[in-house]
Amino acid sequence: MIKRTHFKPSLLPYLLVAPQIIITVAFFIWPASQAVYQSMLLEDPFGLKSELIWFENYALLFSDEIYFSTFLRTVVFSSLVAFLSLSIALLLAATADHVVRGTRTYRTLLIWPYAVAPVVAGTIWMFIFDPTLGIVSYFLHGIGYEWNHRLNGNQAMALIVLAATWKQISYNFLFFLAGMQAIPKSLIEAAAIDGAGPARRFWTIIFPLISPTTFFLMVMNIVYAFFETFGIVHAVTKGGPAKATEILVYKVFNDGFIGLDLGGSAAQSVILMLIVITLTVIQFRYIERKVEY
Amino acid sequence: MIEQRPVAAWFSHTVLILGVVVVAFPIWITFVGASHDAIRMTQVPLPLLPGDQFFINLKAAFVDGVGNAKEQSVGIMMFNSLIMALMIAVGKIAISLLSAFAIVYFRFPFRMMFFWMIFITLMLPVEVRILPTFEVVANFGMLNNYWGLTVPLIASATATFMFRQVFLTVPDELLEAARIDGAGPMRFFKDILLPVSRTNIAALFVILFIYGWNQYLWPLLITTDKSMYTIVMGIKQMLEAAEEAPEWHLIMMTTLLAMIPPVLVVIGMQKLFIKGLTETEK
Amino acid sequence: MAKVLIEDIIKSYGETEVLHGINTDIADGEFIVIVGPSGCGKSTLLRMIAGLEDISSGTISIDGKVVNTLEPKDRDIAMVFQNYALYPHMTVFKNMAYGLKLRKFSKKEIKVRVDRVAKLLQLEELLDRKPRQLSGGQRQRVAMGRCIVREPKVFLFDEPLSNLDAKLRVQMRLELRKLHKRLKVTSIYVTHDQVEAMTLGDRLVVINDGYTEQIGPPLELYEKPASIFVAGFLGSPAMNFLSAQISADGNSVQLSETVQVSVDSVNRQIIAEKKVTFGIRPEHFSLSDKGKTGLPLTVDHAEFHGASTIIYGRLQGNDELITVRLPHVHHINPKTVLMLTALPEHIHLFDPKTGKRI
Repeated sequence: MIKRTHFKPSLLPYLLVAPQIIITVAFFIWPASQAVYQSMLLEDPFGLKSELIWFENYALLFSDEIYFSTFLRTVVFSSLVAFLSLSIALLLAATADHVVRGTRTYRTLLIWPYAVAPVVAGTIWMFIFDPTLGIVSYFLHGIGYEWNHRLNGNQAMALIVLAATWKQISYNFLFFLAGMQAIPKSLIEAAAIDGAGPARRFWTIIFPLISPTTFFLMVMNIVYAFFETFGIVHAVTKGGPAKATEILVYKVFNDGFIGLDLGGSAAQSVILMLIVITLTVIQFRYIERKVEY
Repeated sequence: MIEQRPVAAWFSHTVLILGVVVVAFPIWITFVGASHDAIRMTQVPLPLLPGDQFFINLKAAFVDGVGNAKEQSVGIMMFNSLIMALMIAVGKIAISLLSAFAIVYFRFPFRMMFFWMIFITLMLPVEVRILPTFEVVANFGMLNNYWGLTVPLIASATATFMFRQVFLTVPDELLEAARIDGAGPMRFFKDILLPVSRTNIAALFVILFIYGWNQYLWPLLITTDKSMYTIVMGIKQMLEAAEEAPEWHLIMMTTLLAMIPPVLVVIGMQKLFIKGLTETEK
Repeated sequence: MAKVLIEDIIKSYGETEVLHGINTDIADGEFIVIVGPSGCGKSTLLRMIAGLEDISSGTISIDGKVVNTLEPKDRDIAMVFQNYALYPHMTVFKNMAYGLKLRKFSKKEIKVRVDRVAKLLQLEELLDRKPRQLSGGQRQRVAMGRCIVREPKVFLFDEPLSNLDAKLRVQMRLELRKLHKRLKVTSIYVTHDQVEAMTLGDRLVVINDGYTEQIGPPLELYEKPASIFVAGFLGSPAMNFLSAQISADGNSVQLSETVQVSVDSVNRQIIAEKKVTFGIRPEHFSLSDKGKTGLPLTVDHAEFHGASTIIYGRLQGNDELITVRLPHVHHINPKTVLMLTALPEHIHLFDPKTGKRI
């Protein structure tokens, strides 16, 4: 936690933490507390007058079927993204770890989508699936399947899941590969001598040993799907058609900035905060456990 | 590996090559799209092989500007992105180094309180406090400038934790030797601590540069002036402007330009990138 | 060049006191070794002299000046750390020059000094290397060099040889001794290794559990240990201790009902029939001449060390374990009974209650 010896107490440490603390207070803690405060206000769209209504905004939200379905949709979306990107990344990492030569080359070729901004990824996938021009939709049309994510809500959802998954594979791949390469080779060799084939070795040795990584990635992927996919949704579907792809983060933005429902948007913000806090706590529980090993 | 059966090896390589193809396919299409002219990009089916208009499109993007923001050149947007990415990366690293140094090497009242305050930022991503943060920035008069684009993003719990971790692994004796040699706190920080953690700083820089470059929601909120647009949000504005008939060849060119810098950073500094990613995210 | 005076030094962490009043004065140019088992407080004492730990009470003065509240850099000391603490990103030259640079020496002066010390320690070829490109022994020499260039009043060593392999350790010990002969700088050396302590120190300070057990030249401590602790700590194999009782006439001690050894009662306050701890070093036994009486030892096994033979066995009568070291090679089979003579002038007696020498 702290060094055995330290410098003499002085004003210096306060000056050192000052920039970080000032920014934290001004742009994190103060706005967050404002969000909590605003979530208890009823404000007219012009911000002229406001009234303290305590938890009414929350009550309104919880009784709102639209909010509930947004919540459900976000859960479905996140689970799909997490499951798909984790499975694909696990398959790729396992094979990349298995091949004798080329592991590094494959790694190079697989990791760079991490660097692509979500909104950029969304734009590209939207282009590929453009209902009139897109290459894939043209191909799908050729085999008799009509693709139009502007009209079909399920197709729109599929598209943002695809874009979000594509971007996340590299991240998961990297961590899986790092986890697998950290397993002592002697362990795998011992299993081979005991007569386990490659598939059996994977499921009985490698997979259990990287389970901490898997758990960590699961949390990270949910955080990613909950928050960082805003750009994808905003670029590709804007939450449409008919709110079929509106996830929680998008709704906060939409209700607050476009709909100007300040109290409701703030209440949604606070709920999102609680979700992040929960995920962070889970994450830290996991780290604590890891330390004990 | 232990045994090498040719069939298994072939299978592995097939899976991996397939993976690479799937991962690369969108980028290929982007590149192809950026190398044809506007007319070809309205004819179904769209081409799968590159055309000869790449440099003409490149010039169009840089010189003539794109979208309905015709007057807005991609060059200026890339410059804005670069400034934003650099300011965020350097700013985060600087203030995190300083606060980690204070927390590890000094014992002072409220030390733990400061530590927890920094920790809390981890739980407050910008997405959950959009409106009130926007209000704060507006009150400070930081809309439509680089300060507003970057300063609210540079508080960083993860960077502070990473440096704290790095400093904790620096042997105590190094500080003691430096003290006996006559170094004061800032001397020690500059002469010993910074050089000792330079690879960690570089690794973090790579990650934060990408993070900064790819910012979307935040610039979208606080820039209304076209001269402050970053390239990542510029793409969105182009899409929006041309709802009817998007100029796909230019949009794809811009998209390509938007991802080249961070992708080059990842591939060119792969080792640092992996180190940075695995060290900050634990 | 300076005297170091340590007076009534107490160190406590909160409620726990770890040093209970240490007193020593160290003469100018003396090489003093603070020795004791790990956790006895010896490193803490050294770090207090260096200024790296606060002094709870008592005073430390260097060259007549009380340094209690001075920063380490103002005490004019230099220290060699157990892990050397070389700055990993600096070359050997820069490592050695850093302290001088901070003290605002001119570039020329720095170069002259570093080159001189590099020559002394045979580091000339290594000046441009980074610490990680050096072997353990080389790093050790660089750490020494970093101290020497500063020309401080006092050298402090915190177990500097413990990270080296056995062979190198012996070699570096010799070099250290030679270096000290040449530079004659007051040196305070902390170690848990009694061989190192015996071979290096002009005087030793034996510390146990935060108390000083004995201070004196190595030979004195070996021949006249002041307590059971010192007696057992110095020398290898360790001294044998047996419980015994002084005979009624005061001229011998009774080890068991049948075995008794006569002792040299000169300079000893012998109290008849008092219970004592009888101590004798393994090398202070000799084999009795054939037919003569002595201590009967049943041999368990014998180890051949070349120049000597170490015999482990049990004393007949009370079954206590005894180690004996005999010069030359002896072929002794287990179960053999040896008759031993304990040399009277080498018999130590201790009070079993206080542990003090009688």
